[in-house]
Amino acid sequence: MENNHEKLLVMQDIYKAFDGTAVLKGISLEVNCGEVVAIIGPSGSGKSTLLRCATMLETVDAGTIRYLDKTMVTIGADGKAKYSDKKQLKEIRLCFGLVFQNFNLFPHFSVMQNITEAPIRVLGQSKQDAEANARNLLAKMGLSEKEDAYPCQLSGGQQQRISIARALALNPKILFFDEPTSALDPELIGEILKVIRDLAAEKMTMVVVTHEMTFARDVADRVIFMDEGVIVEQGVAADIIKNPQSERTRAFLRRVE
Amino acid sequence: MSLETIYKLVTNMLSASAVTLEVFFLTLLFSLPLGLLVASLRMSKYKIIQLPIRFYLLIMRGTPLILQLIFIYFLPSQLGDKLSVTIPMLPRFGAAILAFTLNYAAYFAEIYRGGIQAVPTGQHEAAAVLGLSKVQTFFRVVLPQVIKNILPAMGNEFMTLVKDTALAQTIGVMEIFRLAKSSTSTNSSILPMFVAGLFYLIMNSVVSKGFSSLGKRLDYYK
Repeated sequence: MENNHEKLLVMQDIYKAFDGTAVLKGISLEVNCGEVVAIIGPSGSGKSTLLRCATMLETVDAGTIRYLDKTMVTIGADGKAKYSDKKQLKEIRLCFGLVFQNFNLFPHFSVMQNITEAPIRVLGQSKQDAEANARNLLAKMGLSEKEDAYPCQLSGGQQQRISIARALALNPKILFFDEPTSALDPELIGEILKVIRDLAAEKMTMVVVTHEMTFARDVADRVIFMDEGVIVEQGVAADIIKNPQSERTRAFLRRVE
Repeated sequence: MSLETIYKLVTNMLSASAVTLEVFFLTLLFSLPLGLLVASLRMSKYKIIQLPIRFYLLIMRGTPLILQLIFIYFLPSQLGDKLSVTIPMLPRFGAAILAFTLNYAAYFAEIYRGGIQAVPTGQHEAAAVLGLSKVQTFFRVVLPQVIKNILPAMGNEFMTLVKDTALAQTIGVMEIFRLAKSSTSTNSSILPMFVAGLFYLIMNSVVSKGFSSLGKRLDYYK
């Protein structure tokens, strides 16, 4: 018997199609507490869809998803995906955070409001507590002086750091990143990767969809290579990137280098 | 026209402008929220809800407001005659408010809809992942952005409404235009019309100023 409580996220045999086009074809993925997983692969391989299924932005057609001991979705008697009740899904939502490629900050809210909105309205924190926590996070992101700024006054890299702080403010057990540096100018990528590195050092559990191979190699414990809706290959980051076994992985790595 | 008659005209117009303003504000009071309801029904994924709303929007936006006014005012009694029952007529003022409300709600609904659809999906997704409820997402995240999106279109509608209140005279509501019209014929002078024009212009410059300062206040973000 495996040590089950270590597994923060379990996804089994996930299927997802959009208008008859299969995007995920039986993906299984497990993430342990404290682990950093990088998902790489060509565009259209289903990486983002996988994250969106894990974060309930999309519903799966079939498969099982579980966070710790809480089941989000499982196979019903009819063989189709059956989601848990609303209360359970609400609890599960508090397990994870998601950082978007395009930040998706709320433009009409100041930096402070962006970070404190959910802790106040969802967790019921007091304004003082939420703001104190937000100031700590801003300090960690090196953006203490920006709490009264509005997103449009910030650079892309700063906006992305705010959106990471916004996700962290809810104390998620696992943080997903959907290509967090793809919308950034090359010179701003480093500051985001540094934040993720720091979080990894603090043993934050993270799943990062990325095109930054060096970053995947250096920061991730495990790399997953996806192509055409399946996991082609996975393993220790350095092995996969230096010494890929599959021809598809090799071809992909040659292209991105 | 003597100075005395002009003075009398202006004081009469001032009291008539109270009626004009009442039509204006009551119409907004009812049609702004009604429009939001209509917009949300129009965006329903159920055809059975969507279709009657689209029909309503077509009628309201596809026929003249003056015709709608007459229809709403006279319909109850006409219907009563046909069915040989007494259906009480709406008071003139009430009928006018009802017609204006139904008409403007249709326009507002389409403006809201455009404004709501212009808010990027990413905003809804960010709110969903943060655990905000549908209601919280709408009122805290979407609506403030919608207001900014629709402000210019709303400014146009408000100014049109100020002028459209003149149509209430067709069913005998004693507002500025009706007064000007009767004064024009008694005095054989178009001066009352000119004064009425000034009244509308003053009201609309206030509306216009209001919208531009509101726009400036929302300028703090893009």
